[in-house]
Amino acid sequence: MGLRVTGVSVARGGVPLLDGVSFALEPGRALVLRGPNGCGKTTLLRVVAGLQPALAGEIDCAPDAIAYAAHADGIKATLSVAENLGFWAAIYGTSGAVAALSRMNLRALAARPAQNLSAGQKRRLGLARLLVTGRPIWVLDEPTVSLDTESVALFADVVRAHLAQGGMALMATHIDLGLPEATLLDLRPNKARLPEPGAGGFDEAFL
Amino acid sequence: MIALLTRDLRLALRAGGGFGLGLAFFLILAVLVPLGVGPETQTLARIAPGILWVGALLACLLSLDRIFALDFEDGSLDLLATAPVPLEAVVSIKALAHWITTGLPLVLVSPVLGLLLFLPGESYGWLIVSLLVGTPALSVIGTFGAALTVGLKRGGLLLSLLVLPMYVPTLVFGAEVVSRGAQGLSIGTPLALLAGITAGAVALLPFASALVLRINLR
Repeated sequence: MGLRVTGVSVARGGVPLLDGVSFALEPGRALVLRGPNGCGKTTLLRVVAGLQPALAGEIDCAPDAIAYAAHADGIKATLSVAENLGFWAAIYGTSGAVAALSRMNLRALAARPAQNLSAGQKRRLGLARLLVTGRPIWVLDEPTVSLDTESVALFADVVRAHLAQGGMALMATHIDLGLPEATLLDLRPNKARLPEPGAGGFDEAFL
Repeated sequence: MIALLTRDLRLALRAGGGFGLGLAFFLILAVLVPLGVGPETQTLARIAPGILWVGALLACLLSLDRIFALDFEDGSLDLLATAPVPLEAVVSIKALAHWITTGLPLVLVSPVLGLLLFLPGESYGWLIVSLLVGTPALSVIGTFGAALTVGLKRGGLLLSLLVLPMYVPTLVFGAEVVSRGAQGLSIGTPLALLAGITAGAVALLPFASALVLRINLR
């Protein structure tokens, strides 16, 4: 069971951004979204993750299949690294927290409060959360921000292993992760035309 | 579920978690009122039930905006909304954690503060009972208010304005239980109404809170 997106239109703050986006993701494949800043990559990913509704179109995937990783990692500063990850493992009902820590090279930092981590280390902790979700479809928003080249390679390995196990990844990134399984999708042709000013009627102004 | 509760309690108890903020406010209020009103025991005894209930209510109000704001800022709320736990349960657990860190300590220290305010002896039991029955409603209603204002920067003022009217029935009946208890009158009706408000709020508001939270996360 993959992910199928057909003719989806999305809007941010009432402004339509993308129109008629269609793609399909099969097990073992990755899709990289490309497009200039502000073109609606994040909004599209939020729509796919189910955080906001699409203006039009259909998103077809198994329920509870998507693990979403946003710009913000959801890390609590006063909890230790292991506690942060253990919480998410408990929420998803899985038990791979220790393995995920060593996979993302965080083993040595396990007992450290998350507030003392560097930006890249926090990012690795945020990405380690994906491993404990145990979900097949990873929806990643700029996963490599603040990672050094070594960590980017480490993360690319993790994604490759996930794909090899039949997982899927949908990501917005400007960095080439060197994934042979990845297809590029340029969102520029899907840019929504702005509605005519004043065409929306009186009520639209208050929505 | 348990994981979310333990995480919230742990966060509240660690440095900067805000645990004790409401409690400290409650203490300060109960210590200052006798100084401001004067030492006449009869005056104090008459206003004590109202003061204690107003204090508990304001102490609750003080920590409301933390319920969702911190999770919203660091992105946890988005991640929780996509996690395999229903948002209604998340909201209920958050309200429970707020009650355990704010409401329960208020209930526990209230007899000591009653002493400071010369609360008549026979009403101590009713003070504890009324707070125990009424403060869960404060947390649940407050969680609803926090969910309504979650996306707003500095939404604290709006939150207070939204939540205060909804707190009024709890305040009225809560204080009524204590003052009737002090006069040795029957407390059946106000206590039943207080419990009714709490039961209704606990049963219905988590659904409303989850709904507005979903809208605010868009």
